[in-house]
Amino acid sequence: MDLARKLAILADAAKYDASCASSGAKRSNGRLGKARGLGDTDGVGICHSYTPDGRCVSLLKLLLTNWCVYDCRFCVNRVTSDTPRARFTVDEVVFLTVEFYKRNYIEGLFLSSGIIQSPDYTMEQLAEVARRLRQDERFFGYVHLKAVPGASGELLEKAGRYADRMSANVELPTDADLKKLAPEKSMKTVDLTMSALRDRLIESKAERKKTRSAPRFMPAGQSTQMVVGASPANDRDILTTATRLYTGQNLKRVYYSAYSPFLGADGDLPAMTPPLIREHRLYQADWLVRFYGFDASELTMPDAPDLSLEHDPKLSWALRHPAFFPVDVNTAPRADLLRVPGFGTRTVGRIMKLRTRRRVREADLRAMRTPMNRAGPFIRVPGGEVIKKTPELLIERFKPSDRQMRLFTRRLAVDQLERPA
Amino acid sequence: MIVVGVSHDFDQWCDHARRLLRRRVPPDAVAWRDADAGGSLFDPGVEDSGTAPAVRLPATFLERARTVACHRDESRWAVLYRLVWRIGVEGDRGLLLDAADPDVRPFEVMHKQVRFDAHKAKAFVRFRKVDDDADGERYLAWHRPEHRVLPLVGPFFARRFGVMRWTIFTPHQSADWDGRSLTYGPGVDRDPMSERDGPNDNMEELWKTYYRNIFNPARIKTGAMLKEMPRRYWSTMPETGIIDELLREAPERVKTMMARQQDENPGAEAFLPPKGHRSLPQLRSAARQCEGCELCDVGTQTVFGEGPKDARLMFVGEQPGDEEDLAGRPFVGPAGRLFDEALAAAGIDRAAVYVTNAVKHFRHEPRGKRRIHMKPTVSQVRACLPWLRSEIEQVRPAIIVALGATAGQALLGRTYRVTQQRGELIDSEQWGAAVLGTIHPSAILRMPDQSTRDQAFEQFVHDLRTAAAAA
Repeated sequence: MDLARKLAILADAAKYDASCASSGAKRSNGRLGKARGLGDTDGVGICHSYTPDGRCVSLLKLLLTNWCVYDCRFCVNRVTSDTPRARFTVDEVVFLTVEFYKRNYIEGLFLSSGIIQSPDYTMEQLAEVARRLRQDERFFGYVHLKAVPGASGELLEKAGRYADRMSANVELPTDADLKKLAPEKSMKTVDLTMSALRDRLIESKAERKKTRSAPRFMPAGQSTQMVVGASPANDRDILTTATRLYTGQNLKRVYYSAYSPFLGADGDLPAMTPPLIREHRLYQADWLVRFYGFDASELTMPDAPDLSLEHDPKLSWALRHPAFFPVDVNTAPRADLLRVPGFGTRTVGRIMKLRTRRRVREADLRAMRTPMNRAGPFIRVPGGEVIKKTPELLIERFKPSDRQMRLFTRRLAVDQLERPA
Repeated sequence: MIVVGVSHDFDQWCDHARRLLRRRVPPDAVAWRDADAGGSLFDPGVEDSGTAPAVRLPATFLERARTVACHRDESRWAVLYRLVWRIGVEGDRGLLLDAADPDVRPFEVMHKQVRFDAHKAKAFVRFRKVDDDADGERYLAWHRPEHRVLPLVGPFFARRFGVMRWTIFTPHQSADWDGRSLTYGPGVDRDPMSERDGPNDNMEELWKTYYRNIFNPARIKTGAMLKEMPRRYWSTMPETGIIDELLREAPERVKTMMARQQDENPGAEAFLPPKGHRSLPQLRSAARQCEGCELCDVGTQTVFGEGPKDARLMFVGEQPGDEEDLAGRPFVGPAGRLFDEALAAAGIDRAAVYVTNAVKHFRHEPRGKRRIHMKPTVSQVRACLPWLRSEIEQVRPAIIVALGATAGQALLGRTYRVTQQRGELIDSEQWGAAVLGTIHPSAILRMPDQSTRDQAFEQFVHDLRTAAAAA
């Protein structure tokens, strides 16, 4: 099979992996004019292209092979799927990475794989690609490897020495889901693999504090991914698991990937278009937890365990907590400003700065391009009109119009949704 | 009015601004022009330089002003001068905090636009390998930024691609790296590679292959793409040439994917009677109508399991064979007769056990007048599993004996290996029973000589005894 055909199959198989981030690692390549090798990783990832599905291309995202001995029912590469199969050699992946990088197409490599033979055998192959890149090609770009759950500690260690980031995927939000849809996997195995990586990371950081020359280990930390919408787990379950992973395993990112049923073909799984809005809401909620001081448990209610599809999670929270508002733009603490719908971290930063100079007026917020139709009812500004806030009135005000509810505009609506602001 | 021309150079602008400030010339008395915009220009001159002390400015302002100076809008010089005047002469040191101020606002907007453009230059510059001469590889790029961002991004490329020799051309300027130093030269109006022989770098086709396949046609969001990758950058990026084609193909690709989904078997789930109506006779009769996979068309009838509802032992084979298919009963052919013998040898009464198969239809290949057994595919086993699950739920056996690899994997997962785990009692939470896997009696029949057959039969009986004892 020629390289182009393999590339087509193994890129296609990798497109369902949501992760494509390349930030968080610094890997300096000597001084200007004294480069030790190819590439540089300066901590901020760059998206080198965008595909018509709106996602960026930052890394060369490939599967080493899409053969897999497992039979996870939501996965296109499961052993019982009739998808065309291919397998790269280590050399081929190294070649593509280096040549694409030299043309400035990519930031680096994100290599995952189906499980061939055993977790250890698979992990060994992945780590070998990274070793070749670092040692033989003197490559300083970004490398993200899949951590195969159940692989041995030594192999994880080897991989982490060459990789910037690794990710062991939890795949599904609860153990019950895993039992049902991914019978060969268990939360426990994934947790053990994550813990092994976390412990080694902590150890390595301590060593580097003592000796600067101590080898680096996985400097961009670890992440994970779960498939959303293939199982009955609700958003509260999902966010609970995410929180447990952020805090317990010290993960950098949790990726949510809407289950895409076109390739699923399993009678038990939902046959509907991917739950893109739900996926989007989960990212917004995740964002609120990481950057806006929300606790995951605040974002859903025990008796309404799913995020609202109509409103973003911050607006939903605000509508449930009318007593918290209005927030006074000129006196409220930063944490309170961050809870105002329509206020992003940047707006809040600017308000805080401007407040040291003079009182902030409505015109200032407009000049900062703050969406006042969203923020207006929740804030108090000098001389500003504040809409009388009863919960009913607010909910009425933010009710989606009929037009937005119609199905054919749904995709458009997703496009227009913003990050939590 | 003093008209001042600046040739797109921040340091030159600083010189002019410094002279004007010494003379305390207020912003509304100066008109700033780009030097290449034409018209008569007056140098503010050195001959009548003022005597007022130079102004002091925050370092952060100067740094951002240097970026704003790369903006293509001629008004940037005036905005910068007004800010310098208000901060330096009028002494409003905190002015930049006022995002709503009519001078700060355009300053911030321009700053943001240049930063965006510089960031996109880092992202969208595409190198092409042009030759492989004695000096090693050489790479050229043609990029069309909105603003004059090359000086802002040159060091980035020199760091990242320090081991290569490269030149980046833009309409305003070019930047060249020879492996040791970075130099800037004049710009060019069009792609310099378009005139070369065979400028086509063969990695571009591979890159397009990657781009085509990493895109998911089921989730098109062109708005999001255009926001991050505006069309003005497209002409110099190889992959953007296939976007229209990808979008055109997308509905068809989705349709094909969906059709493939519909072609695949729906599984037996849809043919199960409703909950509460799943007694063995009800299941048996519903199974006759099952079209959960393509095998419903190949056998003569559904062969359902049989045995008492309260059986402690359940046997699961692979699928009915030729004779079973005709008789409509499991384990009645040659393998069934051997199975009966083994049951008798193990002291098990067949009438007291439940016997069924993982797949309820006979998969075979016609050869002349004969029908040759074919192993069911894993997806057929999966499609049929709801029937087996329902039987287990009704009978609630203590022990399930899986006969052969297909049954073993249906019950214990794809990683089950009968060669390694036969005879073991494996507790299965999923089935609420212990599962014991053993060889299929037909495998004994296929063995080459009598002595291995005898030995295998003994072993088989032994496994059956283990199961019976545990039940």
